[in-house]
Amino acid sequence: MKQSTTFRTLFAGVAAAAISAGAWADQTLLNVSYDPTRELYQEFNAEFAKHWKASTGETVTLKQSHGGSGKQARSVIDGLEADVVTLALAYDIDEIAELANKLPKDWQKAFPNNSAPYTSTIVFLVRKGNPKGIKDWNDLVKPGVEVITPNPKTSGGARWNYLAAWGYALKKNGNDEAKARDFVAKLFKQVPVLDSGARGSTNTFVQRGIGDVLLAWENEALLSINELGPDKFEIIAPSLSILAEPPVAIVEGVAKKHGTEKLAKAYLDYLYSPVGQKIAAKNYYRPRQPEHADKADLARFPKLDLITIDGAFGGWQKTQKAHFSDGGIFDQIYAPSSK
Amino acid sequence: MARSTRVLPGFGPTLGLTLTWLSLIVLLPLASVFLKASNLSLSEFWNVVSAPRVVASYKLSFGMSLSAAAINAVFGLMLAWCLVRYRFPGKRLVDALIDLPFALPTAVAGIALTALYAKNGWIGQWLEPLGIQVAFKPLGVLVALVFIGLPFVVRTVQPVLEDLDVEHEEAAASLGAGRGQTFRYVLLPVLLPALLTGFTLAFARAVGEYGSVIFIAGNIPMISEITPLMIITKLEQYDYVGATAVAEVMLLISFALLLLINGLQAWTARRTGRDR
Repeated sequence: MKQSTTFRTLFAGVAAAAISAGAWADQTLLNVSYDPTRELYQEFNAEFAKHWKASTGETVTLKQSHGGSGKQARSVIDGLEADVVTLALAYDIDEIAELANKLPKDWQKAFPNNSAPYTSTIVFLVRKGNPKGIKDWNDLVKPGVEVITPNPKTSGGARWNYLAAWGYALKKNGNDEAKARDFVAKLFKQVPVLDSGARGSTNTFVQRGIGDVLLAWENEALLSINELGPDKFEIIAPSLSILAEPPVAIVEGVAKKHGTEKLAKAYLDYLYSPVGQKIAAKNYYRPRQPEHADKADLARFPKLDLITIDGAFGGWQKTQKAHFSDGGIFDQIYAPSSK
Repeated sequence: MARSTRVLPGFGPTLGLTLTWLSLIVLLPLASVFLKASNLSLSEFWNVVSAPRVVASYKLSFGMSLSAAAINAVFGLMLAWCLVRYRFPGKRLVDALIDLPFALPTAVAGIALTALYAKNGWIGQWLEPLGIQVAFKPLGVLVALVFIGLPFVVRTVQPVLEDLDVEHEEAAASLGAGRGQTFRYVLLPVLLPALLTGFTLAFARAVGEYGSVIFIAGNIPMISEITPLMIITKLEQYDYVGATAVAEVMLLISFALLLLINGLQAWTARRTGRDR
């Protein structure tokens, strides 16, 4: 399903490019993004098109493509001509730089705040009334509690889930790595279904009625509640979580070829503008400059203690290798000997 | 050897076309798989394809595919029998329904089956109190594979049954054969080659199935991960070479099994005198 959308977008992009090259000098920009940003970029693109028209007089066609973050990154590596990428984690963009050489290795320095104009975090979604009394991470490993999360090996969101749990256990146990590992192993023993992506897990929890708690992106959790009605679910903010920074980047190789470098830069810059920040907050992402957002939107974000990937884990490359590579800590958790 | 004269000429062009077409459509993509995997040294290759998680997935994929094909062979035969030998209202409709698993997008099948067998689903809610869980367990994989494999058996057995006159059975009965004997000695030998073909097709389809299984399997490492998921997982980690290595092993096992079944089929055909 996701694939077909990508193809359709691609096809539409190609068709539009073919038409526009002939008739007008208008520019087209393809933003390859991940699943939960669909609504955010729909709104943002409309605003940016208006802004671009007002400041330059040019009409711009903005295309967006969504899917699992890793899958999207692979499409770009395999040749999808994205002018900009806005993905779930820096590691995915690192891999585009690494495997396709389409952007510089230090891409994350190109924009402020680690190139992440908005942030999110990991929270718990529980059934109304919180029947299992889940308040914090240690409640998840109690007997009889079923936890729903996607597989960290395939889902960017799930990696944040896993790392937030790890961070919590480290802090609880005075930075004892072995104890943190036991905690996370125990947590994953309580997981009855490992979907490959965040939307799949949301469906398992919401539609199939499986599990007592869903570990979710804060923006996904807020969106689910908004769409499904607050009478069915509630959000629980754990004592500690992780600062998720979904980064953005210009795919320079492609933008150069399309001649869209200036446009791409303006597009991503606009995310940091008061308008962009306000739209991000409205679509459940935490803005970097909260002063530009609506007070009512900000009130939806619970206050939490947040650790960062760079501070607590030493960056994505290191974390990916230690935890999620083949034979890494996540694989060891499921290895037969640990049963 | 004398040149055989045929009504329609064209051995040369058709063979040429066959080989070109096969190379283009089948062999070329497969060769690229082998080429990509050859980037690994032998020991690296072995490490990738013999990792415990991957081995567990082979067992699940091939075990469940064989079981599903066996179940389909039994029930597919019954269905075909019923459709060929009896007339009943709505027969055309039933006949058309059998092809549905061919046409339905597998993801739709997966979602529908999961909705049915999850513990809040129509069927799942009755099985749950009995302690039977289907969705998100290996059993769910079997259910999905039985679903997608059914038409293959029915559609291969049906034409053979249609060719088989009732007189055979009547002759057997008049010579004093019991019902069991008639089935065992008269019908089964004739049907066996077609049944084996249906079994093979259902099996081959099941091994490669991804879309429907992924929704119902639960995908827990070591327990309910199928091999195609292992390949996708490796791709998600940008491990292209590892993914193709696993694909290669899957290809080899499938090919060996298919050869074996084909051999078996030729043998039964020869034995029952229906060799061509």
